[in-house]
Amino acid sequence: MENQISFFSSFGLNDVFFMAEAAYRTLLISVVSISIGTVIGGIFGWMLFEGRISATILLGPILDVFRSVPLIIQLVLFYNFAPIIGFDLDAFESGLVILTLYTAALVANVVRGGIASVGEPMRRAARSLGMNYWQDLRYVVFPIGVRAIFPSWVGVALGVLKDSALVSVLGYVELLRASQILMTRTQEPLLIIAVAGAFYFALSYPISRFSASFERKWSQ
Amino acid sequence: MIQIDNLQKYFGQLHVLRGIDLQVKKGEVLSVIGASGSGKSTLLYCINGLEQIQGGTITVDGVEVHDKGTDLNKLRQSMGMVFQQWNSFPHLTAIENVALAPKIVKKKSKSEAIEIAKKQLVHVGLEEKLNVYPSELSGGQQQRLAIARALAMDPQYMLFDEATSALDPELVGEVLETMRLLAEEGMTMICVTHEMGFARDVSDRVAFFNDGVIEEIDTAENIFENPKSELTQKFLSKVR
Repeated sequence: MENQISFFSSFGLNDVFFMAEAAYRTLLISVVSISIGTVIGGIFGWMLFEGRISATILLGPILDVFRSVPLIIQLVLFYNFAPIIGFDLDAFESGLVILTLYTAALVANVVRGGIASVGEPMRRAARSLGMNYWQDLRYVVFPIGVRAIFPSWVGVALGVLKDSALVSVLGYVELLRASQILMTRTQEPLLIIAVAGAFYFALSYPISRFSASFERKWSQ
Repeated sequence: MIQIDNLQKYFGQLHVLRGIDLQVKKGEVLSVIGASGSGKSTLLYCINGLEQIQGGTITVDGVEVHDKGTDLNKLRQSMGMVFQQWNSFPHLTAIENVALAPKIVKKKSKSEAIEIAKKQLVHVGLEEKLNVYPSELSGGQQQRLAIARALAMDPQYMLFDEATSALDPELVGEVLETMRLLAEEGMTMICVTHEMGFARDVSDRVAFFNDGVIEEIDTAENIFENPKSELTQKFLSKVR
């Protein structure tokens, strides 16, 4: 009995650090893709709103594809397709590209709605004061629109943060993947899933609080 | 001077303005009355270049509004416009609302713009509301804020598009009072209005619009006491 070999070892402090590092990777890929995706999505949303023919015909359907095809399928397809067209992307880079485009597609529609919510009369009032198109956009449409879409945008951001777990299928060791590795070793799925959930909560909760305080400030 | 010659305006198939000829001299107050849908508001939008026109010309101080070479952003600075829906910027306080355009369009320094804004808010009687957001102002106060905002650009002309028709009845008076004050100060004004009392007391001339044409234009006294056109008589008998 004394010589029994154990294949499993229990969950320890080192594993918490391992998961914290994985949580950092989740945060990294989410923050970068949400940031870049929001900027691109903002430009796309503006193009959709302005409704130039090319934007409506080309951009609309492309964004619809990103919104409609399940993210996991997009990730696997792109990861395998990228090398064929000459891009040697690792799991992180592939995941980043897809999450960014996915964010951009969601944000584009939110932004289009936000610009529309400002309304023609308000914009005419701005133009009647002598503002040019860009001044109207920068000083009137942007600040009013941002307040209108902020809650929707926070929803998109939180969604992408959680959906980033899907990048694990490409082998990127983020929070979910790390949990799976530890579960295999420790055979303690409940505990580890609970810890992973706590990490996701710790990442998301500050965003909700932060946005709630913003909205309170604006609503006065 | 605003000079309009044979102005034609279509919305798709709809012929909204059918040959308008009109002159408004410096210092004059012109009221435009008529039924809804007769093209009164559209006329103001055309003068300000917010609407394209399909025929004729509009000239403001010698500059043709719809000429391709015209810098509309510059021209609009000489024409303040006040809308039926006051459209105050909800994210800015009263003083910021008024200071915004002087700052970014006229490139005034921040302190200069604030100074101008304060002066105009005092002008319209909002000196106690400088740092208040529009959501905390009544409709009448928001409309006066819109007037101050337009005045801050130091315009030569003021265009009022039914400035009081979206207001609760008890708030109409304060806005009309502000408009009356401007008229007394010698501002050149075109007021599209349903307030017959205002049109009669304040305007030098009154134009009666019917179905896209000026049916009759004359001094306020003649229009109200002695209208020549049957349509004018009919309209006035209905609104009185």
